[in-house]
Amino acid sequence: MAKTDDEVQKPLPQRMQDQMSQLGDQIQGSQAWTSIFRPGSIFRKGYTDSPRNRSYVIMNSVLYHLHPVKVKRHAVKVSYTLCLGGLSFFLFILLTVTGIFLMFFYRPTAAAAWDDIYTLQTSVTFGLLVRNMHRWAAHLMVLTVFLHMARVFYHGAYKPPREFNWVIGVMLLQLTLLLSFTGYLLPWDQLALWAVTVGTNMMGFTPVFGDQVRFVLLGGVEIGTDTLLRWYVLHVLLLPFVAVIFMAIHFWRVRKDGGISGPL
Amino acid sequence: MTEVPEHLRKRAEEARAKAAAAKAGAAGSDAPSEELSAEQQEAASKIPAHLLERSKAAKAKAGGDDSDGGGTAVATAPAAPAATGGAPLPTGPGGHTQRLLTVVKSGSIQDVKGLPQDKVHTWPHLLVVEFAAALFITAFTTIFSIFVNAPLLELANFNETPNPSKAPWYFLGLQELLTMFHPMVAGVTIPGIALIILVMAPYIDRNPSKKPEDRKFAISLMTMHLMFWSVLVMIGSFFRGPGFNFVFPWEAGLFFEL
Repeated sequence: MAKTDDEVQKPLPQRMQDQMSQLGDQIQGSQAWTSIFRPGSIFRKGYTDSPRNRSYVIMNSVLYHLHPVKVKRHAVKVSYTLCLGGLSFFLFILLTVTGIFLMFFYRPTAAAAWDDIYTLQTSVTFGLLVRNMHRWAAHLMVLTVFLHMARVFYHGAYKPPREFNWVIGVMLLQLTLLLSFTGYLLPWDQLALWAVTVGTNMMGFTPVFGDQVRFVLLGGVEIGTDTLLRWYVLHVLLLPFVAVIFMAIHFWRVRKDGGISGPL
Repeated sequence: MTEVPEHLRKRAEEARAKAAAAKAGAAGSDAPSEELSAEQQEAASKIPAHLLERSKAAKAKAGGDDSDGGGTAVATAPAAPAATGGAPLPTGPGGHTQRLLTVVKSGSIQDVKGLPQDKVHTWPHLLVVEFAAALFITAFTTIFSIFVNAPLLELANFNETPNPSKAPWYFLGLQELLTMFHPMVAGVTIPGIALIILVMAPYIDRNPSKKPEDRKFAISLMTMHLMFWSVLVMIGSFFRGPGFNFVFPWEAGLFFEL
């Protein structure tokens, strides 16, 4: 009888709070929950902020592929890296997400491309916003990758044992430029057509096989619907694929070469 | 049993001979039990009392036979004679059961490469910063995209060349070079050489120092290189008008699309 009296005496918000915490405990204690969140996860029941759990957060999650459990204290200083490499990577992810969205509404043919972009902007929910984000993030990524390179140079972070990672980094810079340039043609408007004309004419002056280089890039003797298809496949598949592989090596080498470079 | 190095064995034999000689000298006058206590008194200043007690108990258990108290106690634990029963207990001069043979400094066997570093946990110190940076860049891009639209000009038209025709901004440095050099030099040779030197930078720059004051040449060269392209890109972007002629943007207007 005493038990029921207690329940009656408790105010309603208190009782609801108790029930919510009981429900939370049940969910966190369920097999599904514990199978998803490994020991040390901050979402697990009874997570406490201890050195052991801080290690487990990294060690027992997919993040362990990217980060070691501990990093040098100066490596977390934003004033040292300005987070430029990280920002380039986030922008790449943002571009992938927005790019996939754009792919649903775009056909890479000379007859359909411009109309598809126009329709995307005028009659697709969030179409204009997502296209804007894709465009600005792309320009921003060229900038952050460039600044990241400058930062690494001025810190002398390309010196042994990091020489090869610098080489990979320069490759990634070129891949970034190529990704941006191939995307430039896709809207198939006057800006795209003539910017790419200027660019590909320049590549036609490659010594010895200039004409062949141009022919392969354009998929013909001049820019047309074949060029559009070719650059579309380069832009959405081939170049991102190569870039991801190079990024994997780049990030792995950062760790293998002893983390980010030390203070000057 | 563990192999004893030659010089140690020699030293131990000498000590044993010396102890035997001393005992032979003392045996004529004193009883063995008194000799033992004298030995202990001598050792008391060096060895803690409880260890001496334990050693004495072990000796008593082993039969009290301490006649060959050599110094070869390299790895003999006090408990070992107890286990073997009647085995003699090796004791050094002064009742020691262990002896410091040599001190091996860590550097001579293990090659210690790295000094301990000041490290912090990735969670939360690094992940929080990264998360904030990701949020910031996403928010910035989203808000910027709400207010500024990406350009979409008229449908591509091969018969109508816009004046001026410009490449994407990051290639405008090259386009700028085109006004000065033959296309093969401007479009292929100069950027090619610049790129090769950039890739080779770590192998060309053999200076091991990272300090800015030691790298004046490398830093000035790179700064000039970066400035070279930045200035060309800016001229190509903002100071080139119809016919790619030089104009001032505040007079002729801006001929630039992102």
